[in-house]
Amino acid sequence: MKLPLYRPDPAQTTRYLFFTGKGGVGKTSLSCATALRLAEAGQRVLLVSTDPASNLDEVLETRLSNHPSPIAGVPGLAAMNINPVDAAAAYRARLIDPMRGLLPESALRSMEEQLSGSCTVEIAAFDEFSGLIGNPETVSVYDHIIFDTAPTGHTLRLMSLAKAWDQFLDQNTSGTSCLGPLAGLGKQRAVYEATVRTLSDASATTLVLVSRPQSAALREAERTSKELHALGVTHQCLIINGIFETNCPDDETAQAMERRGQAALDAAKDFIERVPSFVVPLRPINILGLAGLSVLLGHDNAATPIPEVPSAWTPPAMEGLDALVADIERQGNGVIMTMGKGGVGKTTIAAAIAVRLARRGHPVHLSTTDPAAHVAQTLAGQVDGLTLSRIDPAAETAAYQAEVLTAQSASMDAAGRALLEEDLRSPCTEEIAVFRAFAREVARGTDRFVVLDTAPTGHTLLLLDASEAYNRELQRQSRSTQPESVLRLLERLRDPAFTRILLVTLPEATPVHEASALQDDLRRAHIQPFAWVINQSLLHSGSCDPLLRRREEAEHRYLREVVENHASRTAWLPWQPDEPVGPDALAHLAATTLARTVSGTSP
Amino acid sequence: MKTIQVYDPPMCCSTGLCGTNVDPALVSFAALLTELSQKGVKVERYNLGQQPMAFVQNPTVKALLDSDGVAALPLILVDGNVHAKGRYLTAEERRGFSQSALAESTGAPA
Repeated sequence: MKLPLYRPDPAQTTRYLFFTGKGGVGKTSLSCATALRLAEAGQRVLLVSTDPASNLDEVLETRLSNHPSPIAGVPGLAAMNINPVDAAAAYRARLIDPMRGLLPESALRSMEEQLSGSCTVEIAAFDEFSGLIGNPETVSVYDHIIFDTAPTGHTLRLMSLAKAWDQFLDQNTSGTSCLGPLAGLGKQRAVYEATVRTLSDASATTLVLVSRPQSAALREAERTSKELHALGVTHQCLIINGIFETNCPDDETAQAMERRGQAALDAAKDFIERVPSFVVPLRPINILGLAGLSVLLGHDNAATPIPEVPSAWTPPAMEGLDALVADIERQGNGVIMTMGKGGVGKTTIAAAIAVRLARRGHPVHLSTTDPAAHVAQTLAGQVDGLTLSRIDPAAETAAYQAEVLTAQSASMDAAGRALLEEDLRSPCTEEIAVFRAFAREVARGTDRFVVLDTAPTGHTLLLLDASEAYNRELQRQSRSTQPESVLRLLERLRDPAFTRILLVTLPEATPVHEASALQDDLRRAHIQPFAWVINQSLLHSGSCDPLLRRREEAEHRYLREVVENHASRTAWLPWQPDEPVGPDALAHLAATTLARTVSGTSP
Repeated sequence: MKTIQVYDPPMCCSTGLCGTNVDPALVSFAALLTELSQKGVKVERYNLGQQPMAFVQNPTVKALLDSDGVAALPLILVDGNVHAKGRYLTAEERRGFSQSALAESTGAPA
């Protein structure tokens, strides 16, 4: 299978481009590099991140806001972030600020609280998103609008909302909705309809599925391809980023890396042949800054500068996962959550911890808040004492709808029931159902260990924001019909003896900086992370492949940053020649230590 | 013809479903309003979270908000006079409310 190199060509590029894929596959790098290429070819380009944990600022080395900012040094290129929490704050300010002095303080406060819920946050972000697509005037000065989207689950939701709201408004009889009174929504409806039309117009929109030569990422790309095809987004292509070939026949690490990639491509052969597919070779450095971006789609590996290596720095002894597990199990129960950027191995780490705890005789439940997660595929087997589930948004929504109807219908007449059913069909219901499911999973940690693999950072931040908003609203009320799990959620997350948060990262710039920003956000919410886990490190790999050696050297800087600046406790895991799938492989991963690796590879 | 005006506390949807509680009295009342409006009664409904200006522009509502704060909500006005304050109607009250609203609106002045 010989695939062409990815080279964006302005003549064949549609007005709208959506880069999507599993976390960590290089959506941001590739969307930025594409934008740069198009701008250099004389096109006017707007780059938009819809990830609540956007990395555009870091990659473009520019401080961005929710309005287009020009990028210095690249005429014709502008960029912006759609941050849901900021969008909601702006939306609140638009409604509340004109009322100051006109309404009493208690009324303003109560407006503010209501408009802080997960519902408003989602709608505010969605309005900014659909405005860029469905309202042509806002972006008429650009030839191309490129979206760098959040990891899959979040993006599927965002792209399906236009259709969902359009249909809901069509069938609504009550005259009100979370979007506001329907009478005032004429303009918004036109925008949603235009958004749905544009997304499904093959001459206007291209979905760029980004993947790594790695089976989980390719499976996720294929699933996204199907789901968005079903939504009418039919014009698609695939970019496989980070293709690696070695010239070192005796280098085990390099050979294993090439083999793993090739095996993943072979397994996804049908999918790759079905959509137009392109490749981008693995680069020796992390793609940061305009110079880094031009390397990504350039030819020359050897000419690329490597970041300054602190040669005098010797990585300290770091623990393995088992040392963390030994500490965690003393408590006897509680919640362990893996958090971090997409693609850093949160699912693998969560599954490895769950397997180790279960094999040491503890009752363990393993679950995930990531709608696109693949926990069952990673665990790939049965372990005594270990149960498994996932928060499936569709199933949770259906269960919540049934629960509300059952609980309320006795005290309601037929017309009330019909109206309630109608409101329950609102796209907002899913946000509430998912949030309650999260609270329920956390509550299960009172009599066992619950290991929660979370969705990539952005999604997790929104859950956290919702937890705080709910908490504020609940404190105001004397009585609540909410379950105990929701009432005590924030208190449990804040209890360091109950909830242990592991920040998972790769020894690379963006995952480390994203985890560090997440740590700040958690601390602001009075949640203290337990430890950091550095995953897939090439340290001491002993590789003689020049590209892998340079990547290993580049790791030092980020290992040092984690150990010295961010973490109170750091566990370290080496890159694995085989994907850690199945209970035995996961247990083996947990038992790996730096000391053993060093002595094992020394001559 | 009677005019019914309802000033709701800030909420998302007409049934309050997105908040922290579902109030059955609110849901049934919201359904009744829809029914009355379909039968020709003039119904206006305002939500503090979405249409705050309406609360400022009505002197009765504004005065009650200033004196009682948000505890005054929901506020139900019939022909501009306060019919209920700080709560929705009970099942019993709804029947009477519905009958009187409909009787008035069909029996227009000769």
